[in-house]
Amino acid sequence: MRWHKIYALCLRHIYLISNSLPRIIDLIYWPTVQIFLWGFISKFFTLNSEYYSNTVGIILTAAILYDFLFRVSISYNIMFLEEIWSRNFTNLFIAPIKLSEMIASLTITAVFRSLIGLIPAALLAIPLFGVSVFKIGLPLLALLFSLYIFGVTLGLLVTAGLLRFGPSFENIAWASLFFLAPLGCIYYPVEILPLSLQIIAKGLPLVHVFEEMRNILINGTVNYFEIFISILISVAYFIFGVIIFYMAYFGARVRGTLINMGE
Amino acid sequence: MSIEIKNLSKKFNEVYAVKNINFTIGTNKTIGLLGPNGCGKTTSIGMMLGLIKPTTGDIIIQDKNINTFQRNTLLSIMNFASPYVELPKKLSVKQNLQIYGRLYGVKDLSLRIDELAEDLNLKDFINKKTGELSSGQKNRVSLAKSLINKPEILLLDEPTASLDPDIGDYVRSYVQSYKSKNKVTILLASHNMAEVERLCDSVIMMKKGKIIDQGTSKEIINRHGRTNLEETFLKIVRSKDEVA
Repeated sequence: MRWHKIYALCLRHIYLISNSLPRIIDLIYWPTVQIFLWGFISKFFTLNSEYYSNTVGIILTAAILYDFLFRVSISYNIMFLEEIWSRNFTNLFIAPIKLSEMIASLTITAVFRSLIGLIPAALLAIPLFGVSVFKIGLPLLALLFSLYIFGVTLGLLVTAGLLRFGPSFENIAWASLFFLAPLGCIYYPVEILPLSLQIIAKGLPLVHVFEEMRNILINGTVNYFEIFISILISVAYFIFGVIIFYMAYFGARVRGTLINMGE
Repeated sequence: MSIEIKNLSKKFNEVYAVKNINFTIGTNKTIGLLGPNGCGKTTSIGMMLGLIKPTTGDIIIQDKNINTFQRNTLLSIMNFASPYVELPKKLSVKQNLQIYGRLYGVKDLSLRIDELAEDLNLKDFINKKTGELSSGQKNRVSLAKSLINKPEILLLDEPTASLDPDIGDYVRSYVQSYKSKNKVTILLASHNMAEVERLCDSVIMMKKGKIIDQGTSKEIINRHGRTNLEETFLKIVRSKDEVA
């Protein structure tokens, strides 16, 4: 991989964001709305639920972490869709860049795009609701890393779908994350799910991330093995996502869809 | 830089878009690719750019097969422009050229952008968003992008389509003058017969995925007993199963 090419690809998205104030506002707006919504819900549960009575802000912390995952995945999809919408797809795929460089640039830019929204939202939660996601401490970085890798993987799978099925796959891009949310156990413990679904849910990194987040906030202890498992599962899915993306790309070359994508 | 197309075919769902075509473009030559809509021109260009995988056949660029040799190495000396492919609309002309300059590894990029801005009269709108430009301006920007890496092989797909005669003539003149100053092999797909006659050293006529005639404009016109390329094109397109 050549870093100057990755930088050039990142620059395209940096220019796009920095050229447009509405885009920056849009990036901050949705996470902030989430914070307000879940902040009030969290406050209500804190006052009325025995389960949460000793720990303020579990739901809000979960909402912030989930929003990070959501933003990473959606950012990845949007950046790829931008190339289709602007009919720049062919120019990009005939430039002397490798697929790995393209994936790397989307992966890097997705985190910055997500942090533009997440950091103000996380900081806003402190004075407004007295909830700080940073209370998790250093394990927060590991949990965010796991979510980041999984978010990128979902982005990769959706972009592979866009390569395979064309722009009509766009609707799936928006819906992709909601498919997994019920199994992710974001706002409730995994025991709530029926046993059969628990088995499936434990195959996702989300359960391990959010279970561990609750463990840290409620019990004040850190289970590093659980964090390690979540990262391991995320990385396994990421490798799977990369393979699917490459297969979709080579399939698109056979079907000839790369040349008229976006028309 | 020469291009050799050997027994090239592409089949989509059991239908041949391109069927067993063979031709060579010599170094620094300009070849015109003519044919009605759906005759396989864009598919052929797509295969030459490595965007479409041929069903059979080879594309040899300076003795290297684009499907087996490192594609990126060959792409770095090639470029492509088409009015049907655009640059990001929300980015300024300069930003777009900077990005593609970096992607193609252009040295002294600022200098190269200044050169192109001067040559193609982009200076007045270089900081304007690409989406805010007129068709003629966009076309010049697209041409600038295709020349950013000083390509040794330039593929142009209907470069003057939808342009008014004045701007169309400007683009043709620019391509002509660029070629006289630089070593570049050009493949030009066009529906504009006058353009092909003016710019191309020789012409390839395609119909239903096959090459049905090739030679210089004069040779093809004489062979079909017509007075110009447009009449010849109409004769070939309207005839049934004509193969040279």
